[in-house]
Formats: sequence, C-alpha cells, structure tokens
Amino acid sequence: MTPSLLNQERPPVFCPGCAHERVVGALDKAFQGMGLKGEEIAIVSDIGCSGLFDTFFHTHALHGLHGRALTYATGIKMARPDLHVVVTMGDGGLGIGGAHLLSTCRRNIDLTLLVLNNFNYGMTGGQCSSTTPPEAAVGSGFLNRLEKPMDVCQVAGAAGAPHLERVSAYDPDLAALMEAAIRFEGFALLDIWGVCPGRYTKRNKLSPQSIAGSLASLPSVVRFRKENAREEYGRHYRREAAALPPAAAPQAIPVRHTPVAEARQEVVLLGSAGQRIVTAGELLCLAAASAGLQASQKNDYPITVLRGHSVSEVILSKNDIGFTGIDRPAVVLALAPEGVARRKEMLAGLEEETLVICAAGIDLPMCRAQIETIDFKAAGIREPDWALAALALIAARNTVANPAMLQTALDLRFKGKVHELAMAVVEKIINRS
Amino acid sequence: MALTLMEGNEAIAWGARAAGCRFFAGYPITPATTIYNAMLRYLPPEGGVCLQGEDEIASIGFCLGASMAGWKAMTATSGPGISLYSEQISFAVGSEIPLVIVDVQRLGPSTGSATKGADGDIQFLQWGNSGGLPVIVLAPVDIRDCIVLTLQAFNLSESYRCPVFLATNKEIAMTRETVDLEAIALPEIVHRRSADAQAPFLPFGTAGDRLVPDFLPIGADRPVRQTSSTHGPDGYITADPDLIARSQDRLQRKITAEAHRFTYFEADTVPEAQTLVIAYGVTARAAQTAVQALRADGRPVDLLVLKTLWPVPETLLREKTAGYDRILVVEMNLGQYVREIQRALPGRDVRFLGQMNGELIKPRQIQEVLEP
Repeated sequence: MTPSLLNQERPPVFCPGCAHERVVGALDKAFQGMGLKGEEIAIVSDIGCSGLFDTFFHTHALHGLHGRALTYATGIKMARPDLHVVVTMGDGGLGIGGAHLLSTCRRNIDLTLLVLNNFNYGMTGGQCSSTTPPEAAVGSGFLNRLEKPMDVCQVAGAAGAPHLERVSAYDPDLAALMEAAIRFEGFALLDIWGVCPGRYTKRNKLSPQSIAGSLASLPSVVRFRKENAREEYGRHYRREAAALPPAAAPQAIPVRHTPVAEARQEVVLLGSAGQRIVTAGELLCLAAASAGLQASQKNDYPITVLRGHSVSEVILSKNDIGFTGIDRPAVVLALAPEGVARRKEMLAGLEEETLVICAAGIDLPMCRAQIETIDFKAAGIREPDWALAALALIAARNTVANPAMLQTALDLRFKGKVHELAMAVVEKIINRS
Repeated sequence: MALTLMEGNEAIAWGARAAGCRFFAGYPITPATTIYNAMLRYLPPEGGVCLQGEDEIASIGFCLGASMAGWKAMTATSGPGISLYSEQISFAVGSEIPLVIVDVQRLGPSTGSATKGADGDIQFLQWGNSGGLPVIVLAPVDIRDCIVLTLQAFNLSESYRCPVFLATNKEIAMTRETVDLEAIALPEIVHRRSADAQAPFLPFGTAGDRLVPDFLPIGADRPVRQTSSTHGPDGYITADPDLIARSQDRLQRKITAEAHRFTYFEADTVPEAQTLVIAYGVTARAAQTAVQALRADGRPVDLLVLKTLWPVPETLLREKTAGYDRILVVEMNLGQYVREIQRALPGRDVRFLGQMNGELIKPRQIQEVLEP
C-alpha cells in the first residue's frame, strides 16, 4: 500500500461526530488502494463543509464557487485527461449546481462526484436543501414541508450517468466503492448519506442504523449501468476531433481588377428573409476586394432569420472606411416591402445622384432619386435570386462594380452547382442589358 | 496586397488562435455566437478543446479549470451572459487565473436587443464583480484591433495572471470588413512565468518585489492549490489581517503599477486644434469621419481614441488633453466613461455626446456639437 495522502499539518476540523470525517478517511484509503500519488489526483471542492475536503489531502486542489465544482473539474479533465479528478459537494451544491449536475451526467465525462448528503445546509444554519425530508425540522421554517426531496441517483440516472451508488458514510465498503467509482472510466456519482451533528441531528433523529434502513428501502439504480453505458466524453471528443480536417485559414483575395471608382461608394440592399440579401452584400464586398478596394458590410435582420426584413449596408472605398453607417447611398436595391419599411426615412431623403433599382410592385416613398423598376419575375428570375440579379444589373452599367469583379466574387464565394446557377442568373441579366 | 473579408468576431477568434489559445467555452448568444462558431472550427482539429456549456456560468467555469491546468483559455458572451459570469470573474481576479473574456456588447438593460449595438457595459466590466479590485479592459475599433488587441489581451492575462476583457460591440463584431492580414504586425506571444523547478512552490508566493506569482499547472509533478477563499501565499485560507491586506494590495498594484505598459491609444492631431474629441470602440470611427469632415471645412479638431479603458489611463489623459479649450467625449451609452475622464481632468471643460437607441452615433451628430 502506498502512503496516506492525508495532510498531516491540516487534520479534519469537522464538528465532533460529523460523517464527513469518515468520508475523508475512506477517500484516503481509496487513493492508497489505487497506489496513487498526490500529483495524479485533483480534488475539486464546492462550498459548505464539503468544501474543506481539498485542504485535508496532499493532492492538486481547486476550491471554487458554490455549485460550480463540476464546471472547473470538467475544464481540468479536458485539459489533463490523465488526472484522477474527484469532486466533493454537499446536498447544497447539488441544488444550486443542478444544471451542471444534469449536464455532467449527460456528458459522461470521467469525473468522480462524492455527494456528502446530510440533508441540510450545515454551514449556514441548517436550512433545507434539495434532499431534506418534508417532515424534518430545519432552519427554513415550514418551507421544506412544501418541497419533495430529490433522489439524486434517480435524477442522475435519468440524465445519463452510468455509475451510481447510494451508500452510508458508515458502510465498511465505502472506501472500496470510492475506489470502484474512481476507477470507472466515465462519470461516477456516490450519494453518501451521513449525519450533521452540528445542525441536523440536533432537531431530527438520524443514526447510522436509520440511514442503513432508509437506503435499503430505496429502489435500486443498478440498471443505469447498462442503460447508460457508453464511451467516456473526453475520449469520444478526442476521437471526433482527430477525424476533423484542419480549419481553413481566412481567404486572402488577390487584386486582379481595376475598380470602377475609388471614392467612397455606399450601397443599401433592402429586402426580406429568403432573398439572400446578406449573401449579395458579401458578394459586393468580395468584388470590391478583388479590385483592391476596402469594403464593409453591416447587416440588419431580426433574430427570426426566416421571416421579416433583411437589410445590408455595403461601403466600398479606396481609403480606410471610417463610419460604417450609410448617409448618402450611390445605389439602393429595393427588393421587398419589409426592407423598404426599415429605411423609409433614408429613402425619402435621397437626392438625384442615387440610383434605386426597385422590384416591380414595391411602393417607395416620394423621393428625388432616379428610380428604375424591374420586373424580375417577368425576366424569369426566382425571388431568392433578385438580389444577385440586381447586383448584375448595376455591374452591367459599371456602377459600383463591373461584370469582371462580380464574376470573381462568384468564383470566390460559390462552387459547383450553386456557382453554375448563380452564373446563369448573372448572364441572363447581362445579356438582357 | 491581398485583402481578407471577415467580421470582428472571426477576427477575435483568429487573434486568439495566433495567441496560442487552446481552450474555448461559451454559451450561444447573439451577437457573440460567431466567436464560438469560429473557435469550434479552429480548436478541435488542432488538439485544442471547444465546449458549449449548459449556461454561461458553466462555460466560464470550464475555462477557469482549463486555465488552471495550464491552457490559454477564452470565453465570449454578451450582456446577459457577462452578468452571469460575475461570480466567476471575481474568482479569476482574486485567485489570479489568466483568462480572456470577450463581451460583445448589445443594447441593454437585461435581454435588451440581441441585434442592436451599444457600449452599455463599460462601467459594469470594471465594477460588475465582488471585491472591487481593478481589471484590464481593452476596446477594439476595427478588424485590425480585434486581432491585435486579442493577442494583447492574452499576453496581459498571462503576464499579470488575471482576466482581461475585450469590450467589443455588435457593430464591430457582426460587421464584415476587409483587412490586409499580412500587413498587421503581431505582438510577440507571452506565456505565464513558470515556477522554478528547484525551489519550494508557493502557489501565490511572490519573490522580492515581483507582483505576480509564478505558475504551475494543476497536473504538474508537484501538487498545486487553487482556492476562491481568502488565502495566503500557500493557497490555504487565512484570517491574518496583515497577510490579507498585503495580498489585496498586491492584487491591486499588479494591475495599476504597470498600467502605462498597456495603455493603448491612437492620437490624431493637427496644429492649432482647440477641441479634442475622445472616443473608443466603434464610435471612434464616427469620430474619425467627423474630425476629417470638420478639418476639410477649415475647423481643426483633434481625436484621441482610447483602446485601454481600464485601468483608466489617467496619466495619458492628462498629457494628451493639455492645452485644449474643450473636450468632447462621445460614447454609445448615456454617459459612462465620460465620468472617468471628468474625474481624471478636474476643472476642465469636458462635454458629453451619447446615444442609447441601438443606432450608431453618426459623424453628423458629432459635427453638429462641434460647430459653433
């Protein structure tokens, strides 16, 4: 047997008779049984009396915020898969960290969780926790009478934990059960029942005998071993990750065209969801970059991406683009009433130098801009292609971009069938012009 | 020259990768989600880890664990998420855990508007965690800054063992822009200083007049202690008032004493300007456009763009504002950082222009304030 990992300079400081002290001893025995050295173990502890555990051992240790122990442990285990990570929390941590418990069960990450379940918040005055029986007298007045206590093993099993055990802190097999839990490759949870002499048993009857009796009367959770058996999360993660191709670096766009203008030019695309407004804006930026111009694209759409307006504001300029908003667009593409409604004020203030390409049937506010109405439908263009068609239309006149720039943008953005279809739309418009 | 088209969030992910970030965890939230998307593309194929937490508290908790295990880590969120980070931020501050935290600000308060920009968290980032110790907050203006300041944020978090915030904004994060990646001079990469293998290890011990403890990861060949409780150099709880006071003082001074080393800014000046505009973040771009327009109109106006917001660069503010008759602070909120500038410049004519309606402040609005 390897030496004890107990910190001789910092012996347990629990109240006399506290069950936690037995758990400390059993955990040390489990470590010894496995022949582990302190540097092979990380103890991650929660808040409350269970939060003192890390100080009693010569191991790696992290003591953090209430209910969050499993989150730190997950980060440590993903970065250091060879470490044995043991998490201690009480029935308090269980409640406040409920979402983390459920997710850890679902992940099946190789952590060992010791729940030091003593049915109340010992450190703050014996208030009720998520495991307090309704008939108990606790520091929360009548409130525990209103809540059903949680059987953590049933909950964890339902959430996908494969290795679960309920055990009394007085069980002679406790160390062996801990060792089995630590050796298990996956998430293992021990629900360890014990007495809190400082608070709980002052007003409630609970003894090693009554604990053993209660535990014996609970339904078995052994079925979850088979039901939830699966590959450990970290191992699975690394297997999936190893099969992934490396991410492509951001695409550098070589300059191969002469821009149609060098001064700042602003284009506003006004459409609706499904019209590929954002993609058209991106194409215009790519076209600009292919002519050595700076470009920016600022989009506006609701969070429901399949419904409502879609507005894209694109700026092209030889010089750095300062302000990314648009005051005086050179071109407006008005393709859907939803987008037009979002920019009514801007439209009303347009001057003669602005060209508005307007899809047939869309009402524009009165303004002085040159408006050109296009019946895309009659031209045989499907609505999702109107924005691209409108870009082709301005490129055909060498306004903002030219056909060669647009062609390069399409080559950069699309491949295969999608590229072919996009090219067909552009050609249809350019031939028509 | 070859230009690359990317949005601010992608640029932050690119900068993080260049900084050696190996761990990212986040909870999806507009307008920060695309940082998570990009990290998920970059990290796993390279042996790094990208996780989606069950909530923001878990996400930053994963990062704290991974950082203590020795990996460079980053998380990203927006207003509602940064609020949930609060307790974990104070852990990172008090227990000296390196971490980069991106706050892609959106219009608040509360859930506010997911797709509208604002700079409404600027005071919250400094004061939104318990204990009141200083933090470092950097504010990018454009894509180039998103890359360079992310690298600086990692370097600072490693050098000073602390969380470093990037205070960005939906209007930078989700706006696509061209950038010449080859033309960007990247800072040298810094790693946290490892503890001497021969000397006894104290997890929070500092030798001589050093202010930052040397690091060993959880998982090293000697046991390492980390705790969120008030601790002494050995990482155990202490109640010794002198020890506590020394430690608190060190946590404060390690950030403030060297703040001049990471006071990032840009100044654009012309002779004879009597007015100085101070701005940060996306609003600096409107200010730049306004200042150029005013100059073209024969009115010389200068611009100071702050890229380090916290600790407040008070010395820089005093130096760079000397001699101006009036100072105008422009920011996308109802007047948060202007308070710091007024505090640093008592008795000076410091005016404010702000807006909190989800729209960018326009260059025209700034010009109108400055036209006599």
